[in-house]
Parts: sequence; C-alpha cells; structure tokens
Amino acid sequence: MVSARKQFDLLIVGGGPAGIAAAVSAAQSGKRIGIVDDNPALGGQIWRGETAQSDPEASAWLTRLHAQHVELCSGMRVFDVSAPGILRAESSEGTYEFEYGKLILATGARERFLPFPGWTLPNVMGAGALQALVKSGLPISGKRVVVAGTGPLLLAVAAYLKNHGAKVVAIYEQASRAALAKFALKIAGQKSKVAQAFSLRRELEDVPLITGAWPMAAKGSGVVQSVLISRGGKHEEIACDFLACGFHLVPNTELAVLLGCRLQDGFVQVDELQQTSQTNVFCAGEPTGIGGVELSLIEGQIAGLAAIGKEDEAQDLFTSRRKMDSFAEALDRTFALRPELKAIASAETIVCRCEDVKYGQLAQQQSWRAAKLHTRCGMGPCQGRVCGPATEFLLGWTPESVRPPIFPVALENLISEAHQQEKQHTSVM
Amino acid sequence: MSEQVAVSVNGRPVTVASGSSVAAAVMVAGASCRTSISGEPRGPLCGMGICYECRTEIDGVAHKRSCQVACTSGMEIRTDG
Repeated sequence: MVSARKQFDLLIVGGGPAGIAAAVSAAQSGKRIGIVDDNPALGGQIWRGETAQSDPEASAWLTRLHAQHVELCSGMRVFDVSAPGILRAESSEGTYEFEYGKLILATGARERFLPFPGWTLPNVMGAGALQALVKSGLPISGKRVVVAGTGPLLLAVAAYLKNHGAKVVAIYEQASRAALAKFALKIAGQKSKVAQAFSLRRELEDVPLITGAWPMAAKGSGVVQSVLISRGGKHEEIACDFLACGFHLVPNTELAVLLGCRLQDGFVQVDELQQTSQTNVFCAGEPTGIGGVELSLIEGQIAGLAAIGKEDEAQDLFTSRRKMDSFAEALDRTFALRPELKAIASAETIVCRCEDVKYGQLAQQQSWRAAKLHTRCGMGPCQGRVCGPATEFLLGWTPESVRPPIFPVALENLISEAHQQEKQHTSVM
Repeated sequence: MSEQVAVSVNGRPVTVASGSSVAAAVMVAGASCRTSISGEPRGPLCGMGICYECRTEIDGVAHKRSCQVACTSGMEIRTDG
C-alpha cells in the first residue's frame, strides 16, 4: 500500500464548481495548488460523468482548469486532520498526507432524505442520485420515473432524465403553488435564472408538475413498483420503475467542523472573503449556504483570489455574489419542509438504513446522542449523513460534534496513521 | 461513452457503456447491492458516495462504494443482494 505525502501552498478539498473556480482563480499566482476529490473525476455532482463534456459551462471551466498547473488528486477522500496544516486521505492505493499553507473547503452538499414506508426498496433513491447514476452510465430509456420531494433540483433532474429517454410520469413538489409563484417573482430580476426556468418548463411541457403533493409510501416486491402520493387530502397510487425523491440539499460540513470552523444555522460561517473562523481556511459553495452552481462559481473565485492575497480582485465579485445570495434565501423559504411530512414515517419505518433502526425506536429517545447509544442509529458506515438530517427534521435533534475518521477507512490505513503519529511523537522526544 | 466494457456481476456477464459506474452495472444486471442487517435488499440511495447502500465486492475487495468506482474490462463484481 502507498503512503505518500504531498505539499501544496493551496489545497482545495472538493472538485466541483466551487473547487474548480477556486483553483482557476488562484492559479495565476504560480503557487503550488492541488485539488483533492473523492469522486472518480472532477466536476462534483452537478458536472458528473458525461456532463463534464456535454454542459458548455462545465467544459469551459474544466478547459480553463486543465490549462493551469494544478495537481488533480481524484479518487482520494479526506478522512482526518493528522496535524495542524495536514490532512489525511485514503484512496484505493493507500493513504496520502496533504500538507497545505492555505485550505479551501469546497465539499458540496448532499440530498436530504425523509423516511417513509417503502423508501428502502431498491430503485427508490435521491433525485440527484438517479441523475448521478444516469450520468454514470445507467440506462434510463423507456423507464417510468416519478420525481418527488422538494427543491429546484427536481425540475432539473426530471428534464435531464426525460432528455435521456425516461418516461417522467409526474413531478410532485411538496411546496405550495403560492410559494412557487412567489419564488418565480423573486427570480424575475435574474435573467439567467429566468432563462433556466423557461427552458426547463419548455422541456417538461408534457410532464405534470403537481404542487402541494408528496410521497406517502413506496410499494413493491424486491423493487419499487408504485408510489402512493398525498395530494389535496387524497391519496393516489402511481406505477413506476424508479422513484427519484429528494428533499432539497444539506451541506457537507463534517471536515469544516473537524477543523474547528464555526457553523451558523448549520452552514459554515464565512466572512466576505470566504474565510472561515479558522485562519487560512476558506470555504466556498454549498457548505456556506445552498445557492446553486452560479453562486458556487462566484464564491470559489472569491476564495481562490483571497487565498493568494488578491483581495482587490475578489472584491470585484462581491456584487454578483450579493445578487445570488438573495436567490439562496428565496430557496430556503420556498422549499421549507411542510409539517405534514413529519407524519409520513410510521413506527415500523426504518430511519437509519445502515443499522435498520425504526422510527418507533427513535421516537422514545431524547436526543441524537441517546439514540446512538441505545439504538445504534447513526453508528453505521454513513455516520449519520442520511439519518442525521432526517431526525433533525422529524425529532428536532441536533447532531453532535464530529469525530475522526470522518469517513470509514480501511483498518490498515488507520493503523498506518497511528504508526506515523507514533513515529512523529518519538522523533520529537 | 460509446465504447462498451464487459464485466461480471455475480458471475453473470454484463456489458455497459465505457465510463459507467459499478453501481450502474449492478442495476443493469438486475441485482441489488447488499442485504441490510434485517435482511432487506438495498440498492443505491445517494449516488454520490455518501450513503454506503451501494457497497459491493469489487475484484475481491469487500465494501467498495459501487457508485464511486468506474467499471474496467473484466472486473468481477459480487453483491450479497
């Protein structure tokens, strides 16, 4: 197994839009810059797989990136802070230590999942998840897909799947029509957002968008075959091959927390130069607030410029960021979860999928910590990344502090870390 | 992704577009990825390496997140689902 160390003046964790924009903006400095990313290729989730070439904005940014001297470390996942200024990552080859002067966290977001009866059936998955799988080669042509949940991602996913041959049966959005209408007014001043919305609606003109509706249960034997939808106080059962169901996004803040960065309302707190509460640690993109790809690109550029001391150039982007910030706030308001969604999980519904802990077991517990101790909820390999945001909504629990390793790591790699630390310790003495 | 890659899922040959993830190949094969501790079949949930529901054995290495690994020619994939 490999055990290697890499040194950078500026290290960027996350190779999505924010990370790419940060690297491109910082590259003019001539400093040693690296991107470390868990995924098999750069682009993050939104520019995953074939999208990196087919999306003009993605290919333009990636072309700019490849023209620069930036070391790309794909397929490596940061799991620990081994010493101040050093991150530790695992790949299929072994472990790597990344030494950095400055750090930009661009760790993105994941979907929020809410448990309902049958949600553990195969082919019930996140909306972004089904899109990611199709981007990664899953044939979807001719398959019946129901898209449900909340957030602007639902429309983008539905359009993408339809363009790839799926029969998108309907989109069920839990937000009300009135909330969406307000949202439409809010974005009316932003040309690019309006253009996007119009083009999505045109692509989806024969796909019903049903507001104020949400999934109550998924049914099927071994695989999903239908979904029960609550709509206007009534239930209707819709046949499908896939249920793509996500409830907006939650930020990936685990590494930021491990580094001691302060959070505010669940997001990484940053100043106007995207600097966190920790000196030399910046954060850009979804971890600072869910705002979409355009805001991520701007924040990434600001962070990249700030990290190389080009504060004046970074300032030129503040106005664009401010405009996008209001979009992010509107997203939050529009797609806030309705209280009825708390009632869709039954006592028998599994909430923690790693450890198969049911809602009935959790409802008796007082806190996330108590639930972990008594039921093993959140103790499996996802470390509560799926059930944590769900129980936060369902039971009002707040997650506890983050402890390393922040992802499951092969034992031999953990041992090698302990061995290294021991060696360092011995050499100091 | 016009090129094709041949892999095997539980011993059965499966052909997918080059660049496809192992999770996609498992789904094309009609297999689930894992069996949960209470015996439920599970497939991918998050599609981005977070949830670990898609973990499978790839070329003899257990617990690989199949959504984060690209298929290579001749790859042997085993699921317990």
